[in-house]
Amino acid sequence: MSNEVRNVLIVGVGGQGIILAADVLSNVLVSAEYDVKMAEIHGMSQRGGSVNTMVRFGNKVYSPVVEKGQADYMLAFEKLEALRWSDYLKPGATIIMNDETLSPLPVLLGKAEYPGDIEEQIIAKGINLITVNATAMAEESGSPRAANIVLLGCLASLMPLGKDVWHAAIERRVPPRTVEINKSAFEIGFAYISERATADEALI
Amino acid sequence: MKVLLSGNEAIAYGAYAAGVKIASGYPGTPSTEILETLAKYDEIDSSWAPNEKVALEVGIGASLGGARTIVTMKHVGLNVAADPLFTLAYTGVNGGLVIVNADDPSMHSSQNEQDNRHYAKSAKVPMLEPSDSQEAAWLVDEGLKISERFDIPVILRTTTRINHSKSLVDVDIERAESSREYEKDVQKYVMIPAHARQRRSNLEQRLEALAEFSEEFPGNRVEWGSRSIGFIADGVSYQYVKEVFPEASVLKITMVHPLPKRMISDFVEQIEKVIVVEELDPFIEDQLKAWGLPVVGKRLIQGIGELNPETIRAGVMGDADASASLAAADDIPGRPPMMCAGCPHRGVFYILKKMKLMVAGDIGCYTLGVTPPLEAMDTCFCMGASIGNAMGFQKATGRKDVVAVIGDSTFMHSGITPLIDVVYNKGIATVIILDNRTTAMTGRQDHPGTGKTLKGDAGVEVDIEKLVRALGVASVQVVDPYDLKASRAAITEEIAKDEPSVIIFRRACVLAEKVTGEPLMVIDECDSCKACMQLGCPALSWEADRARIEPSQCIGCDVCGQVCKAGAIVKHEQADQGAGI
Repeated sequence: MSNEVRNVLIVGVGGQGIILAADVLSNVLVSAEYDVKMAEIHGMSQRGGSVNTMVRFGNKVYSPVVEKGQADYMLAFEKLEALRWSDYLKPGATIIMNDETLSPLPVLLGKAEYPGDIEEQIIAKGINLITVNATAMAEESGSPRAANIVLLGCLASLMPLGKDVWHAAIERRVPPRTVEINKSAFEIGFAYISERATADEALI
Repeated sequence: MKVLLSGNEAIAYGAYAAGVKIASGYPGTPSTEILETLAKYDEIDSSWAPNEKVALEVGIGASLGGARTIVTMKHVGLNVAADPLFTLAYTGVNGGLVIVNADDPSMHSSQNEQDNRHYAKSAKVPMLEPSDSQEAAWLVDEGLKISERFDIPVILRTTTRINHSKSLVDVDIERAESSREYEKDVQKYVMIPAHARQRRSNLEQRLEALAEFSEEFPGNRVEWGSRSIGFIADGVSYQYVKEVFPEASVLKITMVHPLPKRMISDFVEQIEKVIVVEELDPFIEDQLKAWGLPVVGKRLIQGIGELNPETIRAGVMGDADASASLAAADDIPGRPPMMCAGCPHRGVFYILKKMKLMVAGDIGCYTLGVTPPLEAMDTCFCMGASIGNAMGFQKATGRKDVVAVIGDSTFMHSGITPLIDVVYNKGIATVIILDNRTTAMTGRQDHPGTGKTLKGDAGVEVDIEKLVRALGVASVQVVDPYDLKASRAAITEEIAKDEPSVIIFRRACVLAEKVTGEPLMVIDECDSCKACMQLGCPALSWEADRARIEPSQCIGCDVCGQVCKAGAIVKHEQADQGAGI
């Protein structure tokens, strides 16, 4: 294990299951015997506000918050939030972004426009962007609410940890009656990125 | 076994392990989850008090009764509980008493960012500050021991980053057993002036002993590194300093009051340049400078808002680039919090705006009534302030169109005494109580108005209508806020009266009862007047030339249907029968 501390951001809109996803990820990392810190801010908004959760892991982690320009991965549950927090990523880092738009109040009221070029803006920053239709994939697993775990499955396929620790963490952390749906959602997300990677290699 | 716990969960676990028997508090971000977690332990009697002053008074009684006790609140809650606190320092305790007080630098969920370390100094009590969850758990136990050993209450001060960040905590500790006998001692516990004068000098002796203890306390420690630059840091700032300057010498302050003077002087003497890194006020820095120690602090480190590794690096290195990179892209539309779809508060604020009333506001979800497009609030100060504010404003201006707006939990917290003032001093303000049957803002905690306790037991509900009548308010109405016509009629009627009046708008929070209902839809009759858009409902959006209702969000409260003069917002079945769409 190197001394390097790795940083993951999980961002989206209040109510999308962001905290649960960060919780499962953190538990996986604890099982893998990393030192782990997770920072979140919740308060003002029961619902509908911008949510940003930070997970840091390595041999020894001090700060619970990630510095701008230091994140290795981002899971974005909503496109505008991916753009909002993209300054936190390192050049060459990866964003796994749910292909979902949720208009904030200024847009609903017609006082601001939802940017139409989010993908272009993110790619222009030198970030590796993977767009995933996680909500549709979650529906395949049995519930659109499992989109958070689909995205986690996508992230898992990029990280060097066995699938069994992920399954175990899902079993521990999600409500008991949703374990099977969530495991299936995880597999769908995992397979999507693995197959895509294989396809990319085939192209080369 | 080590598990990942938030600071709040760790404090609850620490309290359990330390043998705490009684816990009280009032919800307040970022402290709320401590008592919610404690409520899961059968061995601990934990309860929500109506406000922080009562919580601390219950805690004092429990401590005198011999139980180890914890009392929790957010930073502004200690303003409410300050009255007993200052005298409690004189009397001291019996069973250990720890007050957990959560500050909110950057005001993520607060009306100010006061630095509550000052309370330790002014109330003359010791204060401990954790820098992660493991320390938070440990310091509850240490705090209780210090409390018992030095006969004094201990404040455990956290900040949002500590309360809401997770890190590893060892959870293999067995619960300690501790209880003391109560011995009547009027000289110690009855603070009449003659007794208080004795306890006043006794307090100074206890503080001297605590200052000596601070030198030996293992939480205060030096981690030697380079002697050319050294840092003195408390709380989460310690973590940031270790992150940014791993080679530097660091003096970690865990007991921030009283400070270990000899340890600090010795550290400063051996380091070329010492920088104090602390969030908010120069609390440590000022004391060190008063002692004549050559340190710098706020000249380099910002005094407003939370710190983070970037701000510390930029401050210490004078790195202009680092501060420049903090500028966020400002062309990205913001995502402010908003009232939920179907929130029972929405219609009331819509009417208040239409009637152009002076609205004295209060603390809760309904404070969002100030944000566009509702924009129907003139003031918001602190818990319970709305009623007194309305009273004073109405007296000064002679205006009758003045209302106070306060939630049910906030009314229980500190709305009753100002309403007595309105009656007693012949005010005529109309008090609107938004009774959504929960403490919604902090995550839906019960309160005396719901009768359900933190432990989940059902009990007597405080009847707000009877209560306000008993205070002397003769004109009281209970109205369903989903009925806009009735709501407007009630407000119009009550503000016209030359007497105090109360309107209770009663309907449960849509989140509390997980309310779902048949969504509405917009039909072709929509004449693009945009009246519905003035409600700021997240289920409503403007698309091209007409409104659209997102069915997954709408719960069918029909407030927008009542606002729509064209009759274009209907239930799906009506749409099928009517226009044949």
